[in-house]
Formats: sequence, structure tokens, C-alpha cells
Amino acid sequence: MFEVESSTRVERSSVVPGTEELIINMGPQHPSTHGVLRVILRLDGETVKDCDCDIGFLHRGTEKIGENITYTMFIPYTDRLDYIAAPSSNLAWVTAVEKLFGWEIPMRAHYIRTLVAEFSRISSHLLWLATHALDIGAMTVFLWCFREREMVLDLFEHAFGARLTVNAFRLGGLFQDVPQKFLDLSQEFADLFPGRIGDYETLLTDNRIWLQRTRGVGVISADDAIDLSLTGPILRGSGVRWDIRRAQPYAAYPYLDFVVPVGENGDVYDRYLVRIEEMRQSTRIIQQCLAQLPKGPVSCKVPRTIKPPAGEVYHSIENPKGEFGFYIVSDGSETPYRVRIRPPSFVNLGGLKKLALGGLVADVVAIIGSIDIVLGECDR
Amino acid sequence: MPDEAQPDGKEEGGASAPAGAKAPPAQDLRELVEREYAGAVLEQTAYKDLASEATLVVRMDALVQAGALLRDHPSARFRLLSDLTAVHYPGDERPFHVVYHLYSFDHNRRLRLKVKARDGEQVPSVVPVWGGANWMEREVYDLFGVSFKGHPDLRRILLPEDWGSHPLRKDYPLEGRGERVYTKPRRKEFGD
Repeated sequence: MFEVESSTRVERSSVVPGTEELIINMGPQHPSTHGVLRVILRLDGETVKDCDCDIGFLHRGTEKIGENITYTMFIPYTDRLDYIAAPSSNLAWVTAVEKLFGWEIPMRAHYIRTLVAEFSRISSHLLWLATHALDIGAMTVFLWCFREREMVLDLFEHAFGARLTVNAFRLGGLFQDVPQKFLDLSQEFADLFPGRIGDYETLLTDNRIWLQRTRGVGVISADDAIDLSLTGPILRGSGVRWDIRRAQPYAAYPYLDFVVPVGENGDVYDRYLVRIEEMRQSTRIIQQCLAQLPKGPVSCKVPRTIKPPAGEVYHSIENPKGEFGFYIVSDGSETPYRVRIRPPSFVNLGGLKKLALGGLVADVVAIIGSIDIVLGECDR
Repeated sequence: MPDEAQPDGKEEGGASAPAGAKAPPAQDLRELVEREYAGAVLEQTAYKDLASEATLVVRMDALVQAGALLRDHPSARFRLLSDLTAVHYPGDERPFHVVYHLYSFDHNRRLRLKVKARDGEQVPSVVPVWGGANWMEREVYDLFGVSFKGHPDLRRILLPEDWGSHPLRKDYPLEGRGERVYTKPRRKEFGD
């Protein structure tokens, strides 16, 4: 993929030790690549001169599968895309299909969906913070974050009977109403969690080692981030106040009050601050959802055979990682003609080269962590 | 918001369209492109007349210029390429539809651009207009076999380099004929 330029090879003499550019492989089993990602780096000393990603190890042809099964059958497959935040992927699919049909969803279903999607955001950000901090060398954060993530996964188990691949939503609403115990435990979690976020911050936010490893690392300007189609916390870390929950609201977000945090410098540290604040805002949203939760049915009337009109829709939601969308082309039959998954990790990882170039090889670990990729949805 | 964008479309459309006829969404954008590049827009559609589903089918030779215009013109400002993909319609004269989903932060609206390509025809690359198209075009090349003219680094991205076929084409079998027997490929090492 790269060739070492012959001009950079220095003739080895017996007096001066020779130097030349070094090509190293990071991954696909490197722990900081969070899955099976192979990064090929060309180094001059410790400086990254070029960087190339080798992805696709987890490619399962999900888009092709989607073309050959019905709209309902595809919901569990979306769990396996962004498996860290499975309800978010479910939500993207069901809202896209509902847009295709033009169904009206009951308010209670909207609120429960929002509630669960925000839990998945917290769970995803906790996993990100845990592994990101672990990559940089902070062990305690990892243990603390997993303690709270376990609570969120237990909540999912209460409501949907599964912890990771929850298959949470159905076309038209929910499979059934959530149990009261889920709501009680959610309230308990929402009351407890802001204090825990404070705990993580005492470990990291003013930590000198953390600041040295993250400040001024992997800087990207707002214009470059937009040009590279980066979305989610990376874009907001560069100062663009754009969140699909606010800009083009779906589910119950139009009725909820929350702040979209942005950074200033667009470095790894700002992306960290943005995600920390997003967890606080998610907790606020959960509190509001629980307080405002309307009564009523959780599903609209869904026909037994689901056949949408012919046409095409694109619908995207704010996944914890960025813009997660579905482009569905329907030919009027029971199966979609084409399912396109707009993956945030795939597109954001395309910006890695821009972020890593000119930095140190140790910073690549911090940068990959700050992009927050999940390879299931990157490779599809 | 689509709600904010729609009145603009109605106003501008109302000036040119016959009285009483409701202008389809993105009429203003169509006029913007046509003013600069006459005949560039071939079709204009929108699913259920939704403003968020406004679609313009553009001529392939005008794609890059129209894209740059839509990105830079103050009344459009589609700076974010949300998504780039393709759809295969075997049997059509132009079987590959390459689809671009654009988003404008300034006006909070979406637009879908489409070009229709013949089998084997090269589509101009939009990487000079939106840098994020780099990996997305590689993916379309990988899974559909649509080639992009002027792409800086057109290689397969998800599948191995020796895969030899394009799985998202409609004629690619789900099972049976397309199965591969694994033989360890000779990997190209650096310096080869």
C-alpha cells in the first residue's frame, strides 16, 4: 500500500547509524483498535507520516441480507450493527420504516423509545470512556464505568429480556409495555448517575497525565470535520452545534429539554468533555421522560402483512457515535429493494488519516479511542 | 427544519409554476442549478411530497459542478455529504443509480442527488467537493463495481482485494454459485 521512497533511505555508513522510515501494523488484534481494525502506519521516528486503515474483517453483508427478508425480520439484524448501543440502531430502522409507511406512533411508545435510546447512549459512552481511558493508562475508570454499564444492561434485561442484542422496538411501537419495575429502577439509576459522572471527572478532567495525552492531540477544525462528513461528538468537539435530536427531532425529542454541548479546539480532550456532558444531558432526558411518561397504548395498528408503497426514504438519527441512517428503497413488495445503512463509525474512521497525520504513534491510540468506533457497524 | 424550508420552495415555485399548482419540494434548488447549468436536472421527485425526501436526478457531466454550486451558494450551502451509495436496477439502460444525500446546516434541510450510470461507465468522483466521499465511493466501487473517475485512491475497502465480484449487485447469488473455496492469497508485502 505504501512504498518506502528510495530517496528517504539513507545509505548506512560505518560511522553514522542509518535511519529510514518504518512501516508498522497496528491490529487487527491490537487492544486499542476496539475490535478488528488494522491500521498500517508509516513512521519517521515516532512521527506518523502516513496511515491507512484495513477494515472489513467483520463484513457480513447486512445490506444484502436486508434486501431478502421482510421489514420486521430485519430488526434483530440492526442489533448486530452497533452492538454497543443496540436500541439506537433499532430506533433508526423502525423510524425509517415508519416514515416510509407514514404511520402515527402512540406517544407512550415514543417516550419509552426515547428513554431506552438515551440509556443506550449512556451505555455506549460508558464503554467508550472505560476503554479510552484504559488505552491511555487509567485503570480505575474502566472498573467504575463497567459497574454503571452493568446497571444499564440489567435495566435492558428487565424491559426486553436481553442485555446486548435487545431487539427493543417493533414497527409501529413496542412489542409490549415495559414493567413498572423497569421504570422504578430507571428512576433510581437517573438519581444516582450524575454523582458517578462527577466521580469519573475527578479522575480525569484535571488529571495532568490525561491532559498531556489528550490536549492538542488529533485536532480537527470545524470546516475539515464537515468536509470529511464527520458527525456526532467529533463534529461537536470541533464547535459545530449540530445534533439530529435537536435539528430534525424524532421520537419524543421535540418535547424534551436538553443542551447540545460543543467543544472549542476539536482535540481529543474536547471530544472527551462533549461526551461527558452528553451523559449528563442523557440523564436529564431520562428524568424528563420518566416524569412526563404518558399513559396509553404502546403500538399503533399494524397490518399482518407489511407492504409499503413504492418509494424511497432516508432517515437518520443521532446515534452515540454520530449520524446513523437508513436509506430504504421499496418496490412495493414485502421485502425492501435496497437497504443502505449509513454508518457513523465507517465515515468517522475515514477521518483518521487527517487526525493522525503528523502526530506521534502513541497518539494514534488516543485518537482511535476518541473517534469511538464499533466495527460491527463500520464493516456491516 | 423542513417546515422552514418549504415556504421558500413554495414562494419561488409559485413565481414560475402555473397558479394553483403546488410546487414540489426543492423547486428552488432545481432553479438554482438550472440557472447556472441549463438542462443539468433531468428529474425532480419527492416521496409523498416530503421536503426531506426531495430528489434531483442530475446529468452525470454536470454532477461535480452542480455539487460545488449546491455546497457554496448561500441559498443552498449543502456542506455535509451525509451519505453516498448506489442502487442496482438490472435490465435498465442505466442500471446503476449513485445516490448522494446532502445536508445543509445553514438551512437545516436535506437533498438527495442522483446520477444514473451505464454498466461499466465511470462516474465523476465528488471527492474534490466533499472529502468524506473518499471511503464511501470506495465502498460503492467495492460492492457494486461502479468506478469513479478522478478518485484519489480507488481500492476495495470491505472485501479482500481478490474477491473478484460485487455482492450488492442484484445478480449476485445469495448462496450456491457464488461460494468461494478459500485459498490463502499471496499477500503483497511492502517493498514488493
